[in-house]
Amino acid sequence: MDSQAYASATDTLPAEHGHPPFLRHHFESVSQQREAANFGMWVFLLTEVMFFGGMFCAYLIFRNWYHPAFVAGSNTLDITLGTTNTAVLIASSFTMAMSVYAAEIRRRGMLMFFLACTIVLGFVFLGIKGVEYHQKFVDHHVPGPSFSIEEFVHPSNPKALALTPDMAEKTQLYFSLYFLMTGMHALHMIIGISLLFFLLWRAYQGAYTEGHVMPIENFGLYWHFVDIIWIFLFPLLYLISRYR
Amino acid sequence: MSSTIISLPDQTTARLPRKSYLNQEYGLKSWLLTGDHKRIAILYLISITFFFIIGGILAGLIRMELLTPAADLMATDTYNKVFSMHGIIMIFLFLVPSVPATIGNFLIPLMVGARDLAFPKINLLSWYLYVIGGIFILAAMVLGGVDTGWTFTTPLSTHYLNTHVVTAAMGIFIAGFASIFTGLNFIVTVHRMRCPGMTWFRLPLFVWGHYATSIIMILGTPVLAITLVLVAMERLFDIGVFDPTKGGDPLLFQHLFWFYSHPAVYIMILPGMAVISEVISTFSRKRVFGYTAVAFSSVAIAVFGFLVWEHHMFIMGVSQYSALVFSLLTMLVAVPSAIKIFNWAMTMYQGSITFETPMLYAFGFFGLFTIGGLTGVFLATMGMDIHLTETYFVVAHFHFVMVGGMLMAYLAGIHFWWPKMTGRMYPEAISKLAAVVTFIGFIVTFFPQFLLGYLGMPRRYAAYPADFQVLNVFSTAGASILGIGYLLPLFYLPWSLIYGKIAGDNPWQATGLEWQIQSPPLTENFVEIPIMDHEAYDYEWLANKTQHEVQTVG
Ligand code: HEM
Ligand SMILES: [Cu+2]
Repeated sequence: MDSQAYASATDTLPAEHGHPPFLRHHFESVSQQREAANFGMWVFLLTEVMFFGGMFCAYLIFRNWYHPAFVAGSNTLDITLGTTNTAVLIASSFTMAMSVYAAEIRRRGMLMFFLACTIVLGFVFLGIKGVEYHQKFVDHHVPGPSFSIEEFVHPSNPKALALTPDMAEKTQLYFSLYFLMTGMHALHMIIGISLLFFLLWRAYQGAYTEGHVMPIENFGLYWHFVDIIWIFLFPLLYLISRYR
Repeated sequence: MSSTIISLPDQTTARLPRKSYLNQEYGLKSWLLTGDHKRIAILYLISITFFFIIGGILAGLIRMELLTPAADLMATDTYNKVFSMHGIIMIFLFLVPSVPATIGNFLIPLMVGARDLAFPKINLLSWYLYVIGGIFILAAMVLGGVDTGWTFTTPLSTHYLNTHVVTAAMGIFIAGFASIFTGLNFIVTVHRMRCPGMTWFRLPLFVWGHYATSIIMILGTPVLAITLVLVAMERLFDIGVFDPTKGGDPLLFQHLFWFYSHPAVYIMILPGMAVISEVISTFSRKRVFGYTAVAFSSVAIAVFGFLVWEHHMFIMGVSQYSALVFSLLTMLVAVPSAIKIFNWAMTMYQGSITFETPMLYAFGFFGLFTIGGLTGVFLATMGMDIHLTETYFVVAHFHFVMVGGMLMAYLAGIHFWWPKMTGRMYPEAISKLAAVVTFIGFIVTFFPQFLLGYLGMPRRYAAYPADFQVLNVFSTAGASILGIGYLLPLFYLPWSLIYGKIAGDNPWQATGLEWQIQSPPLTENFVEIPIMDHEAYDYEWLANKTQHEVQTVG
């Protein structure tokens, strides 16, 4: 209530004197502030690309060297869950885009609704991921002392190719990368969801529907980025030679 | 000295400005929660000095051990820990943030005509991350040390050592984000915060240098971060990515590590070059010769610096064809550095040169960096490298560029902008002495190491054959001189905070925007955002302006 009253008060001030409350003192204008923040986010996402790039590089090399092991490892993943998760993430990107739109047209209720949707979808994703991780524990496919190559040397599925023990050992590397990359992705999701809670709380106070769209916009960029990472991870990890 | 251009204000009437960023607010809290880039620069200055002292003490221990051929001062594995911690602290906690986070932080907004960096809170966060990273690294040291060298070579670091690799890696990871945030802030500031009239080619070369550095910081540092995460994972969960017994590849670690760490050496030199451009121009009273060439050579270094990392791996079993390519590229990357050197030389040519302390340090930089860079080209030649790698020749090479280059430039910068930062002059005579002592100490310390390396003394051993002792004694003696050279500023600079002469706005008669405002500056930097209506290093503009002021005042 208060914050809305505050916002409408500044709106009525003459343009030359009325610095909106969100304009930081070191910027000359709102547009400069907005552009700077936006640009900053893009630069940050560039660093994220490099961060994930290291893992993708490792993935490419080992996939090249141990292709049969990677195919075998990939085929143990649950494609239905993976596809569902992809859909969930894309949906969450949509709700996030709607949140930005809601902030732009200054509708607080709508903004909160879509932020909440994004949070829910984020949790659904993590939940499904949790189920998948759990399955790997049950199957002894988590790298480490309990790792078992049994399934790859003597596959239970008669159609699957059996690997030599030597190549089967390399599936461990596949699962290492699987856990690393999806884990790092999930970590980004968790950070994103925490930020979403913060944004939701601020939106509840009326923070972003008075012209100060930038934080929502910027967070949207981050969220889409995390989404895109998954769009790369999904085919690389789940779909290797699946229909060959 | 009649020839100098120092224009100190009349001592009897001089006053420090009534209000400045230093006395805007008082108390520890006003510093620890500040968003002011100038105060954050001071926070950084104090903390990197702290780590420099620790790293310096470790260096002293190394040199003391190497005084005699036998490993007698400390056990050999203690020695390993000492040189590893020396390297880690000096590189990640001193050299990487040295110029950018202190002088750069202080000056970039002033030079582009902005009130602050684009993201003051992220700037403060960067300092906190740096400090937390530093604490991790200190913790690793106190808890028992790390003995992998600063390069964390796998599988040594992942499988064979039971030291605090993970703690140290965490520290570097966190401090890495401090440097990413600094770079991000600089890039956005340069793009979005320039004052009216400040086109890209009116930016001081200092800003260009830092812009190039920032590119490396944001593109390289994340790769180091993920590499260290992988090392930690390898230690904690045995994931096997770097473990040959599981099909992993230790060379992959080398590739990832040097993909950051070679560009990182340019993080450690470009800001130094940025300082030198300003100093050389100011004390030659000439526009930097070939401004655009110098500006673009910074960017070229940043770009090509990413394409040469394999020269650290020539003997590690990489393909000889790729080694050939990387050897060639490495030689090419020396070209932009050479462009800078030649342009600075041309700047001084026929300039009216004066020998202020920053200029003395800049001369030191000149000679030492040139030697360092040229020996880099020796090392880029594969045949030479097989003989010289892992010897003291490499140690001498990188100390010439990092200590002789960057540290000299850092000290040049600190002296040059000291009056702007504090409002007071450093004592002139003793600081000149310090510059000369540093130079002499440096040469005596590190030149013998070229010879040692050439004769075959390997690096990273506590003991060596008795034949090498004479040169090692030289080196240790030089290190003591060098130590004195570094200790002097540690005393006279704080001294000058109280007893130094009052500097006035523009003691060097320099042209940068930062010199046209009061020293020390106001918290908001400019009373009104300036309008840039002249080129960088336009001494005529300055002369006109000063004359105009004299006329209007008189
Ligand atoms: C100017 C052109 C340069 C060239 C051509 C060059 C070349 C090289 C080469 C080939 C090596 C590998 C030697 C070996 O391990 O066998 C090397 C090592 C090194 N260089 Fe440079 N370098 C240059 C400039 C620099 C600069 C500016 C810095 C730092 C400010 C630097 C810092 C280092 C460091 C730290 C190492 C050793 C890393 C280690 O093994 O611990 N170099 N350089
Ligand atoms: Cu290198």
